[in-house]
Amino acid sequence: MANLLVQGTQMLLVLALAPLLTGLVRKAKARLTRRRGASVLQPYRDLARLMRKEVVLAENASWLFRVVPYLVFAATWVAAALVPTFATGLIFSWSADLIAITALIGSARFFLALAGMDVGTSFGGLGSSREVMISSLAEPAMIMIVFSLALVAHSTQLSTIASVMLAGVGLRVSLALALVALLMVAVAENGRIPVDNPSTHLELTMVHEAMVLEYSGRHLALIELAAQLKLLLFLSLVACVFVPWGLAPVGAGPSAMVLGMATYGGKLAVGALLVAVFETSIAKMRVFRVPDFLGAALMLGLLGTLLLFVSGIL
Amino acid sequence: MESFAQLLESGRRAGPCRPFPRGEVSAEQWTALAGHLAAGDLVLMGLWGDAGAVHMALLDEAAGRLAVATYACAGGAFPSVARHHPPAARLERTVRDLYGLVPEGAPDDRAWLDHGRWGVRHPLGTPLPAEPAGDTYAFLAAEGEGLHQIPVGPVHAGIIEPGHFRFSCYGEAVVRLEERLGYVHKGIERLVAGADVAQAARLAGRQSGDSTVAYALAFCRAVEAARGVAVPARAHALRGVMAELERLANHLGDIGAICNDAAFALMLAHCGVLREKVLRVSARAFGHRLMMDGVIPGGVAVDLARDGISAIRVLVSEVRAAFPALVELYDNTASLQDRTVGTGFTRPDYVRQFGAGGYVGRASGRPFDARRAFAYPPYDRLPFEVAVRPEGDVNARIWVRIREVEESLGLVVRLLDTLPDGPVATEIPAGPGEGLAVVEGFRGDVLAFVALAADGRVRRAHLRDPSWFQWPLLETAIEGNIVADFPLCNKSFNCSYSGVDL
Repeated sequence: MANLLVQGTQMLLVLALAPLLTGLVRKAKARLTRRRGASVLQPYRDLARLMRKEVVLAENASWLFRVVPYLVFAATWVAAALVPTFATGLIFSWSADLIAITALIGSARFFLALAGMDVGTSFGGLGSSREVMISSLAEPAMIMIVFSLALVAHSTQLSTIASVMLAGVGLRVSLALALVALLMVAVAENGRIPVDNPSTHLELTMVHEAMVLEYSGRHLALIELAAQLKLLLFLSLVACVFVPWGLAPVGAGPSAMVLGMATYGGKLAVGALLVAVFETSIAKMRVFRVPDFLGAALMLGLLGTLLLFVSGIL
Repeated sequence: MESFAQLLESGRRAGPCRPFPRGEVSAEQWTALAGHLAAGDLVLMGLWGDAGAVHMALLDEAAGRLAVATYACAGGAFPSVARHHPPAARLERTVRDLYGLVPEGAPDDRAWLDHGRWGVRHPLGTPLPAEPAGDTYAFLAAEGEGLHQIPVGPVHAGIIEPGHFRFSCYGEAVVRLEERLGYVHKGIERLVAGADVAQAARLAGRQSGDSTVAYALAFCRAVEAARGVAVPARAHALRGVMAELERLANHLGDIGAICNDAAFALMLAHCGVLREKVLRVSARAFGHRLMMDGVIPGGVAVDLARDGISAIRVLVSEVRAAFPALVELYDNTASLQDRTVGTGFTRPDYVRQFGAGGYVGRASGRPFDARRAFAYPPYDRLPFEVAVRPEGDVNARIWVRIREVEESLGLVVRLLDTLPDGPVATEIPAGPGEGLAVVEGFRGDVLAFVALAADGRVRRAHLRDPSWFQWPLLETAIEGNIVADFPLCNKSFNCSYSGVDL
């Protein structure tokens, strides 16, 4: 019962915090480029505005085009709800592990790429083909990271991994490699600089934005919210696995829960700042450099796994 | 080069145009000149129509001599220059759209500016009622398995001018890019004809708003040459200050904007601050942020007051203090260099063939600068370096701009140090005449041709934007690059849409 309550709170929490996180990143980036920037609450207002707006559909849009925003949103929301944010005792945690999260994100992307091509505009196709190229390298890298973690924690369930990490596994080379690889995958998955630029107006350089160029109204709101949830998901994942301190253990009291929420908020704020600083200090890479970048992530993940096979303590 | 020598001689004898001669040529001479263009002996500086005639401005770069050849079109046709020399193609198509004069044997007979939406054909020649409008522009074919087209524009997601780009791609690689422009046709040449010189100068300053000083200066210099008016020394110096401030503002804006197209917003932010400072000081010193209508026939509209001078001096020292750190940031950001170095290579032979000026030409090793080549005042008495780079990529075009920013800062200070006293304008006596002027704007050389009627009003004026010879090179620069690098290449060219759409 308690686990169900924690799970419910978690689902609402991620949904409520996701736009704020994006707003925070944008605000920090604006401050770093000497602008005042919009309020951190602006993403909420944007979502509300889009929800009120009429949906404009292309004439040749199929049913798939209309269904995909809901699919993408649902899959991403569920995935985000599976990552322990403030407490480990999540009721879904025992039925859905890290591999399930990867699969959920993968299917969301698959449907979005289909929708990008559905209307038949050149930008949609361009965005979909780039997105698939990126994901075909990001997903294996993600799986390698999962293997590394699983070899350390002897489980792919995030609650278990978090407890093992919290208990202390010491400084390990393999985990450092996995962390770097995870950060690289997170950058690619979320379409952040240097892989993609979420704030660009240049159609020809877009990846994620090109796919969703034809969406409007509540459809666009759902896709934007899903993108915000995804950023939150990856930050939470990094926080849960590599800085699990503050997570409330299973069956903890209300005070531990509150402490868990406070530390989670702190971790997100630090994460948002780091994202903003990183994005400000680097230019976007050439599209054809992205495979090299993700290839490096894959190699790091593989190296981490191999090290663990060779020696249990590395 | 015999035909060019003949042209110079006949032009000098006939003497309608000042300070560069203009002479009538026969069809054989016209074709011979086209042959010299094709051989690379001469550089095409412009080609424009007139009532029943076409003019072609030619530059002998080695000797620094400029002349205009005029061919009287018997039967409304003239031998095509583009047939021998491709850079003339769009100019000839424009002549046909506006005047109905047919370039015989032209390789490309599609309309250029006329999209069938004017309600009239040949508006400057013998107007004909328009054919039914329909967008049936035939883009050049690119065929092969797996090729696909990406149409971009004319309405873009960013706040830029309208233009259509048709990419033929093989996956991400660009096989061919074709531009279609003409969406911001304003009919400036029609408006200028019949206007008095003051009004015409204002119109000239609006052909391309970001180079309003260069345009107004080119036009006014042509008018002054036509009427044989000597402008006061102080006006020359103030025009120089305005032109360099305009160059500063645009180059600073461009450097930031190019980096922003590689998603490096930090450079845009800092360069944007500097650009804004230049604009504000321009407003304080000359009464307008872009210094629009600052240059008038006979001089300048406003004298530079003492507080304006000190504001400009403060500005120069501020930019000098802040700019080196930005250059260092640009040069030391490896991820940014990775995007700009080697991207958008423009071949030096194309640059020479097209006579491309400005940073596009100078970044591909063509050291042409109208300030140096024609040494018009105040640059005749000022020492300055012409920045040239041989590499021809986006990085080189950024570096040419960086060097020009530094040169412009020096020029502004030197102009202020040696600012002569006296009046800032003189009267232009009404009367006929013909003048030609070439002025270096921030994009490159702006050419102005003005023919005044007996009552002193403008009979015909033509302003040739530097982008006429840069747009086609952009098509070549992107070939073999990937689609995603186009915005970067495009921004590094930063060609004018409004300037060529007339």
